[in-house]
Amino acid sequence: MSNLQQLHQQGVELQLAAGGAGEHRALIITLFGVFVAATLGITVWAGRQTKGAEDFYAGGRQFSGFQNGLAISGDYMSAASFLGIAGVIALFGYDGFLYSIGFLVAWLVALLLVAEPLRNSGRFTMGDVLAYRMRQRPVRTAAGTSTIVVSIFYLLAQMAGAGALVTLLLGITSEAGKILVVVIVGIVMILYVTIGGMKGTTWVQMVKAVLLIAGTLLITFLVALKFNFNISTLLGAAAENSGQGAAFLEPGLKYGATATSKIDFISLGIALVLGTAGLPHILIRFYTVPTAKAARKSVNWAIGIIGVFYLMTIALGFGAAALIKPDTITASNKSGNTAAPLLAEAIGGGAGSTGGAILLAVISAVAFATILAVVAGLTLASSSSFAHDLYVNVLRKGEASEKEEVGAARWATVGIGTVAIILGVFARGLNVAGLVALAFAVAASANLPTILYSLFWKRFTTQGALWSIYGGLVSSVFLVLFSPVVSGKETSMFPAADFDFFPLENPGLISIPLGFLLGWLGSLLSKEEPDVRKYAELEVRSLTGTGAH
Amino acid sequence: MSIAPSKDSGTHEPPDYREVQASEEFGELRRAHRSFAFPLTLAFILWYLVYVLLSSYAGGFMGTKLFGNVNVAFVLGVAQFVTTFLIAWWYSRHAAAKLDPKAEAIKTRLEGEA
Repeated sequence: MSNLQQLHQQGVELQLAAGGAGEHRALIITLFGVFVAATLGITVWAGRQTKGAEDFYAGGRQFSGFQNGLAISGDYMSAASFLGIAGVIALFGYDGFLYSIGFLVAWLVALLLVAEPLRNSGRFTMGDVLAYRMRQRPVRTAAGTSTIVVSIFYLLAQMAGAGALVTLLLGITSEAGKILVVVIVGIVMILYVTIGGMKGTTWVQMVKAVLLIAGTLLITFLVALKFNFNISTLLGAAAENSGQGAAFLEPGLKYGATATSKIDFISLGIALVLGTAGLPHILIRFYTVPTAKAARKSVNWAIGIIGVFYLMTIALGFGAAALIKPDTITASNKSGNTAAPLLAEAIGGGAGSTGGAILLAVISAVAFATILAVVAGLTLASSSSFAHDLYVNVLRKGEASEKEEVGAARWATVGIGTVAIILGVFARGLNVAGLVALAFAVAASANLPTILYSLFWKRFTTQGALWSIYGGLVSSVFLVLFSPVVSGKETSMFPAADFDFFPLENPGLISIPLGFLLGWLGSLLSKEEPDVRKYAELEVRSLTGTGAH
Repeated sequence: MSIAPSKDSGTHEPPDYREVQASEEFGELRRAHRSFAFPLTLAFILWYLVYVLLSSYAGGFMGTKLFGNVNVAFVLGVAQFVTTFLIAWWYSRHAAAKLDPKAEAIKTRLEGEA
């Protein structure tokens, strides 16, 4: 999320990369073209094996723990993590590091409490588990709504932010060119999902994760080589070159300014650590493996891969700070998003050198691959929930054939993809910070309480689930609407308007406890008794894997 | 000790989940999961919050240099990575030793050793 927050921090005027991205355009486009061609090939191959609902939604449940761990990493490490965190560290030093930590620690919630029971008791969507012991139609509707809201916000932010970034890296400045880039990203993503379903998308994530890790490893190694593998030397050089001295290596440059910004940071920290285990596009990945044990293994791999990746962002960020003047970074992009590509160029021999040009092109192509894979994962999550939760179980009351269901999911992909393209085109000019923050905060406020109560609290009722999902959803959206993200500040979506009565940019500090409180209160005040028979079934199945699909 | 009932052979009745849920065998599995996962979750969330609060409100302490240019903030940050890796490893070891055999035994019996 940080990434995107950074992407549009300064409004929208993304400027051309210094040193003329145009020179390397041909190489970047060629490398990216190779990636798209190869992944579309994989998608078509996977599509031939995608026949029933289990293939489309869950990739046939035949992936190994390692494969799924790699795919989870691919889904999770967005261009944002890669470019955004490196950028924040390059400009603000230590404060950027705080993001990496929140994003990683969050995985323990998924590992200890969510992944295995979810795999054991659900089939295709998050709604399967939320609605298990409840009245199906109202809870499915709520779960489907919150899945689609979270995914669309996340998707929209990726599309808008990614569109701007791609534009920047390719050096396209015309409005028509920028729109074209967003449309192309959208169309490729729709092709991945409609043709390849979960199987194709999972392979795309794996390929992307390998490329991203390889690219990051290469740059990290070159940076380490430059500083004789001495972390203290690297940090010292970064502090000196940044012009900030020791303060660059301490917390507070970005978030320590006022009492409000400090509380805002705590709010963001809570949303990060609790949001991950409620993100629908992450949760459905657990259905792609055959057993709960494999789900556990996949989270362990993901923690290892993502953890190593975030550790390398330290080398990327501080390396950029040490080797490139801050003025050069901000001249290229005010929020620092081009710090990693600029570092690649510098470490490869500098602007104008062949080595520099090649490394810049490679890293830029990796960033493109990253964007595409993440939007594909998000689109799959929302179209699955639309087809399985809303269309089949609510509209058709569970009376649809498997063929109709998969057909509905494919059409939903085209629909949601088109909506994302249109919104992405319009959102190019918007500050996307609120959108991504909202995705994490909504996931933690609306989804996580119901997931945990459903699995672990026997007195939880349908009313509790509905209060918690809708309460978390509405309160987080409402608070962001009246926060400085939307109005009142220079960096807001509507800088001219002024209706920001809620001072924090992230609503998590209020809306997450509210989601938990409402779930508890709604159950206590419920006239209807909890369904003890259904709870027994869910509890036994979720812990033992009996009757797992 | 009571054990989870087995499925009657030859019938297609689903297992009586309430009976299984109430059995001592299942109670042990639940306890083995909850008594490990719940306190540990609370602990790592508190440890993470302490880190976030220190970063926000204890700048001086965090800036203390330990060796070369490496300060307390950096070491604590890396420590969050290390504890995350360790907790993941520890939980997985616990699950393999204490949860999987119990879960497997109940599942096998309920599914009628098919």
